[in-house]
Amino acid sequence: MPAREQFRTCPATGLKIHLPAEKLIKANAVAAVVFLAIGGLFGLLVALTRWPAVHLLPAEWFYLVLTAHGLDVLLVWIIFFEMAVLYFASAILLNSRIAAPKAAWTGFWMMLAGAVITNIAVLQGKSSVMFTSYVPMQAQPHFYLGIILFAVGALIGCFVFFGTLVIAKEEHTYEGSVPLVTFGALTAAIIAVFTIASGAIILIPTLLWSLKIVSTIDPLMYKAVWWAMGHSSQQINVSAHVAIWYAIAAIVLGAKPISEKVSRLAFLMYILFLQLASAHHLLVEPGISSEWKIFNTSYAMYLAVLGSLVHGMTVPGSIEAAQRMKGFNNGLFEWLRKAPWGNPAFAGMFLSLILFGFLGGISGVVLGTEQINLIMHNTMYVPGHFHATVVTGTTLAFMALTYLLVPLIFQRELIFPRLAKLQPYLFALGAAGISLFMMGAGTLGVSRRHWDITFADAPLGFEYPGAAFLMMGLNGIAAVLAALGGLIFIVVVVGSILYGKKIEGGAAAGPKPAAVVGKYGSAGTLAIPGTAVLVTVFFIAFVLYYFVNWKYLAEVWPLR
Amino acid sequence: MSIWPPEQKIWWHEPIAKIEIVWIVVAFLWGVAMFFMMIYWHGAGEQNLSNEAYRTSPEAYAAKAQAMIDQYTVRDEGGYPVVHPPAGSEVYLIARLWQWWPILEFEKNQSYRLHISSMDWLHGFSLQPTNINLQIHPGYDMVLTVTPDQSGQFGVVCNEFCGIGHHTMLGRIYVVE
Repeated sequence: MPAREQFRTCPATGLKIHLPAEKLIKANAVAAVVFLAIGGLFGLLVALTRWPAVHLLPAEWFYLVLTAHGLDVLLVWIIFFEMAVLYFASAILLNSRIAAPKAAWTGFWMMLAGAVITNIAVLQGKSSVMFTSYVPMQAQPHFYLGIILFAVGALIGCFVFFGTLVIAKEEHTYEGSVPLVTFGALTAAIIAVFTIASGAIILIPTLLWSLKIVSTIDPLMYKAVWWAMGHSSQQINVSAHVAIWYAIAAIVLGAKPISEKVSRLAFLMYILFLQLASAHHLLVEPGISSEWKIFNTSYAMYLAVLGSLVHGMTVPGSIEAAQRMKGFNNGLFEWLRKAPWGNPAFAGMFLSLILFGFLGGISGVVLGTEQINLIMHNTMYVPGHFHATVVTGTTLAFMALTYLLVPLIFQRELIFPRLAKLQPYLFALGAAGISLFMMGAGTLGVSRRHWDITFADAPLGFEYPGAAFLMMGLNGIAAVLAALGGLIFIVVVVGSILYGKKIEGGAAAGPKPAAVVGKYGSAGTLAIPGTAVLVTVFFIAFVLYYFVNWKYLAEVWPLR
Repeated sequence: MSIWPPEQKIWWHEPIAKIEIVWIVVAFLWGVAMFFMMIYWHGAGEQNLSNEAYRTSPEAYAAKAQAMIDQYTVRDEGGYPVVHPPAGSEVYLIARLWQWWPILEFEKNQSYRLHISSMDWLHGFSLQPTNINLQIHPGYDMVLTVTPDQSGQFGVVCNEFCGIGHHTMLGRIYVVE
């Protein structure tokens, strides 16, 4: 057993906190937030350039900044934060010491070095190849090298997480099975290993190709394997942010899963089926059979979607059950009306849940339908969809969790609590706007990754409909709102960590975890009619939107 | 709570709430319905890719396209040949930095075997405003049988990033009555 002095006891939760684990969580969370700030700024520049009336950057800068935006937020911000989540869900929640902290630090520094190297490569201007870096377009070797370093660092972090689970089990730091949140984090880590392996399989040869050691890389093979990393890594985010939904519902409201079995099986669905998602990017590619496309794009009959649909019901259901236990029992929605909407952790979490489901989830299934992809592939609909998943879903959930990490791990009170209260709403509004308006523009055919949709410099002319320009303008306005929300987040979090009032050992400090509501079995018999109404509304929206898009498809030129 | 270990060690024997079972069944059936919808559309729908494609090289593909251009060019527009191939014939469209070459002219409600391939990097064939989007790779000759059912002038936007001139890569297809 490690020395006692390596632990402190959290005054609010009673959890034993391993100090080396705490330091690692802090370092990873801080690195994440820094890259969120950088990547978010790049994102604002992209949106302002695509706002036709503003058209901020020249073309060369636009493509450079767009490449950097994708890398810094989609990869660096999210994976750094996920490392913090993994260490939190293992060492902290299981009262355990962290495995191999030196290895974890090696991983951290590799990730940081990799992120910096790739950013330098992009800013040097000769690696504006977009986040996806499709061959045969070539970036400079250190562009690929940086991503590989970053990925290997993240892989080390995953193994530190697995090691911590083993140590906690061996040293009996907890009784029975791991908590649901840890189980969700484990799902994320398992998917991460698969993802990083796919990344290595494609990026190492690509690095060798950029060094002229390998002669050619087949572009179709590159896409298939690259997306086994690129899309599956988004499933790490889904698993992580669903785990965070459960965590915040538990910490703020004392919610417990309606049934452990159902929620855990839903996570298991992710592990079993999410990796087929590479197919989403190959639906209008030459020479791939429809049988392969249909099976893979639907995750074998939508079994991974089933996992998300289950969480979409069990998370609000567990909140409703907890609230009703507390006596908010009037009508269908008193439990929801009287939820702690002024707590940014809860508000962010619930908005993330709603927006991820309604905007990100539904649009993802529609976009990933074999034939419907014909009317959406590489249009603005695609970034519309994934901003709904990754920004309104993952980023908002991570922000919400950060509001709990600041008092629990950094032991500081939030500065500007009023701004913090407002932040999730402002950010959600902006991010939801971005998603919706980009999807709208995509439905009107507007191309993604495109500097000038007026085609002013093209020898031949073409005009998108006026509504498309309106959508891109509204997208710009929404992006400004989201950026403002992001800025408030950075100011509040960084300000609190640096200047927030220190929370000392006293029992009064920090957010109190809510008392556990309900015992097993009793929650199973509790009616949750409000949640039933919510999922019914969701389901109707899903079905209608799905068939509307088949109708759109039926209107284009017949082809086979 | 979700952040503590399950209170009952044997949690997998806990009963599942009825509402959960109902939702799982509904969600599963909806997934099956969406799965079979794609298969159904292959029979009933008119917009399905045949996935016909051939390995090719830029040189071999360009030669075929040139032969078509030499045979069926009807006029010139700003340096672009406008090609009016006969209905039902093999039609070749070249994607290259930063052009869709040549301009094609189809007849309404006639079918054509449209080949598309890239000479260099990845490109995105985005036919507007009808909104058909395809990914074009170098080394792969993608074939689709299209039947334009609207007449007019259509733009071919490139919607896959292909370098600094990407936003100037714009082609044209005419459909005449």
